[in-house]
Amino acid sequence: MRHIISILIENESGALSRVAGLFSARGYNIESLTVAATEDPSLSRMTLVTRGNENIIEQITKQLNKLIDVVKLIDLVDTSHIERELMMLKVRTTEQTRAEIRSLVEIFRGQIIDVTPTTYVIEMTGPSEKLDAFVAATNPDSIIEVVRSGATGISRGEVGLHL
Amino acid sequence: MELSGGQILIQSLKDEGVEFIFGYPGGAVLHLYDALFQQEGLKHILVRHEQGATHAADGYARATGKPGVVLVTSGPGATNAVTGIATAYLDSIPMVIISGQVPSPVIGSDAFQEVDMVGITRPCVKHNFLVKDVTKLAETIKKAFYVATTGRPGPVVVDVPKDITDPAIKVPYKYPKKITMRSYNPSVTGHKGQIKKAVELLLAAQKPVIYSGGGVVLGEASGQLTEFSQLLGYPITNTLMGLGAYPATDKQFIGMLGMHGTYEANMAMHESDVIIAIGARFDDRVTGKLADFCPYAKIIHIDIDPASISKTVKVDIPIVGEVKAVLEHMLELIKESKARPHKKALEAWWKQIDQWRSVKCLEYDRDSALIKPQYVIEQLYEVTKGQAYVTSDVGQHQMWAAQYYLFDKPRHWINSGGLGTMGFGLPAAIGVKLAFPEADVACVTGEASIQMCIQELSTALQYKTPVKIINLNNRYMGMVRQWQEFTYESRYSHSYMDTIPEFVKLAEAYGHVGIRIDKPEEVRPALEQAFAMKDRTVFLDIMTDRTENVYPMIEAGKGHHDMKLRVALGTPTDRELA
Ligand SMILES: Cc1cc2nc3c(=O)[nH]c(=O)nc-3n(C[C@H](O)[C@H](O)[C@H](O)COP(=O)(O)OP(=O)(O)OC[C@H]3O[C@@H](n4cnc5c(N)ncnc54)[C@H](O)[C@@H]3O)c2cc1C
Ligand SMILES: Cc1ncc(C[n+]2csc(CCOP(=O)(O)OP(=O)(O)O)c2C)c(N)n1
Ligand SMILES: [Mg+2]
Repeated sequence: MRHIISILIENESGALSRVAGLFSARGYNIESLTVAATEDPSLSRMTLVTRGNENIIEQITKQLNKLIDVVKLIDLVDTSHIERELMMLKVRTTEQTRAEIRSLVEIFRGQIIDVTPTTYVIEMTGPSEKLDAFVAATNPDSIIEVVRSGATGISRGEVGLHL
Repeated sequence: MELSGGQILIQSLKDEGVEFIFGYPGGAVLHLYDALFQQEGLKHILVRHEQGATHAADGYARATGKPGVVLVTSGPGATNAVTGIATAYLDSIPMVIISGQVPSPVIGSDAFQEVDMVGITRPCVKHNFLVKDVTKLAETIKKAFYVATTGRPGPVVVDVPKDITDPAIKVPYKYPKKITMRSYNPSVTGHKGQIKKAVELLLAAQKPVIYSGGGVVLGEASGQLTEFSQLLGYPITNTLMGLGAYPATDKQFIGMLGMHGTYEANMAMHESDVIIAIGARFDDRVTGKLADFCPYAKIIHIDIDPASISKTVKVDIPIVGEVKAVLEHMLELIKESKARPHKKALEAWWKQIDQWRSVKCLEYDRDSALIKPQYVIEQLYEVTKGQAYVTSDVGQHQMWAAQYYLFDKPRHWINSGGLGTMGFGLPAAIGVKLAFPEADVACVTGEASIQMCIQELSTALQYKTPVKIINLNNRYMGMVRQWQEFTYESRYSHSYMDTIPEFVKLAEAYGHVGIRIDKPEEVRPALEQAFAMKDRTVFLDIMTDRTENVYPMIEAGKGHHDMKLRVALGTPTDRELA
């Protein structure tokens, strides 16, 4: 199953490599990993998407918690949550395809943020699944590049990951 | 008080109560060595190889319970220390390793003797630090000791760039008395509800086994474990790392379990209905084939590290906490409880265990004309009256020491279990002897292992640490040969050396006493002679039966009930080697 693990970690150099190193050393897979400082510059927030059965996810969360720099973590999948990922997608356009692409972007509530005579850059946010669906709906021959941020997420309501 | 970084480091160690530093100098730590030169109180032990420094500090830590401290230079000094750091990591030994680093401005430029020590050691330390600011140095040292010694202990590396120790830069010094870290709060007491459930399950058991490990030694809970076991009257087995936490000479002790554990311990595990694992981590050398592990048992597990719980074996009642606190709580509950251990069931259980015991799985050929390694250990036990600190290297000799030396006290059996590091024994023995100069310290080793850190014989002379080296010389990497005999049809691929040094001469060259022993009847007198020479390091080179194997053995991929026993094989001494 897919899990989204949200981590508050000391904003120290090397913190990211501790997390990444843990995953490679123990053979866990990382689907995506995002990291940036929070409103408190001494803390970073990491969002890690991984897959595994219950036992593996239990070990992953325990091993992450064991890292001295990790302050707190939650598995967002255990709570009601919102997931978002940013994607920028550059496609080759022609006279004939432009209208079609524009309408597809509209259906997916994306935006065209750069235009050249032969290309569009499309920006889209949403749950990773939606971005997957958009990519699948786009003519593969037209895609020049796809840039995705990896998923981030936040829990709904009063619960939150903070000190 | 204004001090330079070098002075701060030294003063921090003193304020931390450190007695010994095991180290080796080099460019990146010259400022530090200069500060060391100009102080008194902190004793520096100059080893002959940085690996020796780490093992000596480790041996000191295992014997005393205090953190071991190591000081090495950058680059090759640091990389030489890695094996010893990993050794401590796998056995959860508290150590603080200070490594020099190239000056901050040149970090990352492939400077002379630069390696990314923080990166290299990341997977084999509890935590590590790169010091970036001399004003944070004292606090970082405090954190290093705090992290190394609390919770599940482990080694912590502090990488110190040369400019941080610059004698020209002085800053105010104050060593923090206490430190708190918002990201690190190991739990102490276990969950009350879980403890209650565990006690109920324990008291209802019919075929219980107490399986305890290194966590009891590390957590100084040997007294509690003994009281707990004796109050219940249940059989108790120890892991290799847990030996001594419960007196091996007591009748409730059923020996070590696992790959080379006793028949009775492994059979009891297999047949049990309730197991309580106390500070043990279900290592694969203990469990054997996981699918066959304790098929009928409900399992309780006490461990300070949540990640140890249900890692390989799913347990029924997990309790996260310090063994000492949890056992104390359990003792209270048992004493309060109206329920008592099931008397009839327990009698039947002990009867069954005695039957397994009667197999006498550790018997060996006592009439052999060759020196049996088991006999040597038994004699060592007698000559030292069971009171010695025994370190070991890795191989058959390690298993024999574990099986035949009956440890009644914790912290007396000192070996590398998790990493299985050959070369550990001699430097570890030196560390122990420094801590306990009056005690008998023996290093049980093999002719292959001892050569991995033999240079430390020189350190032993310089610091007058008269340890006794018991070299069970079977002219084989016996443990490797045994596996090759069992699983590779005796194809002894590179498990022996065509040239073995004359250890007697070697010992003498290093300024020690060397004695070679060829006959069984020489063993006892030689041991007595060696231990009588209180102020000499003695190297006993004992020519043992080279065909001897370690029994019982659970071969890889088999279960506890599937042991290879000596009796099933006739007298192995008669076998001719190919
Ligand atoms: C050649 C060879 C053969 C071996 N054969 C065997 C064998 O037959 N049998 C055997 O048992 N081993 C054997 N070993 C050793 C084996 O590899 C493991 O090192 C050993 O079994 C681990 O012991 P342990 O479970 O006690 O754990 P340790 O490694 O000692 O770990 C201690 C556990 O206790 C926890 N802990 C620490 N402090 C506390 C505290 N204060 N409170 C609560 N919990 C705490 C830790 O989190 C950890 O989970 C062999 C090794 C070698 C090299
Ligand atoms: C550094 C290191 N290298 C290799 C091994 C693998 N190994 C385990 S036991 C052993 C043989 C040890 O031989 P010896 O020291 O003579 O002990 P014996 O088994 O003969 O008692 C070897 C090579 C190891 N444990 N450590
Ligand atoms: Mg040998």
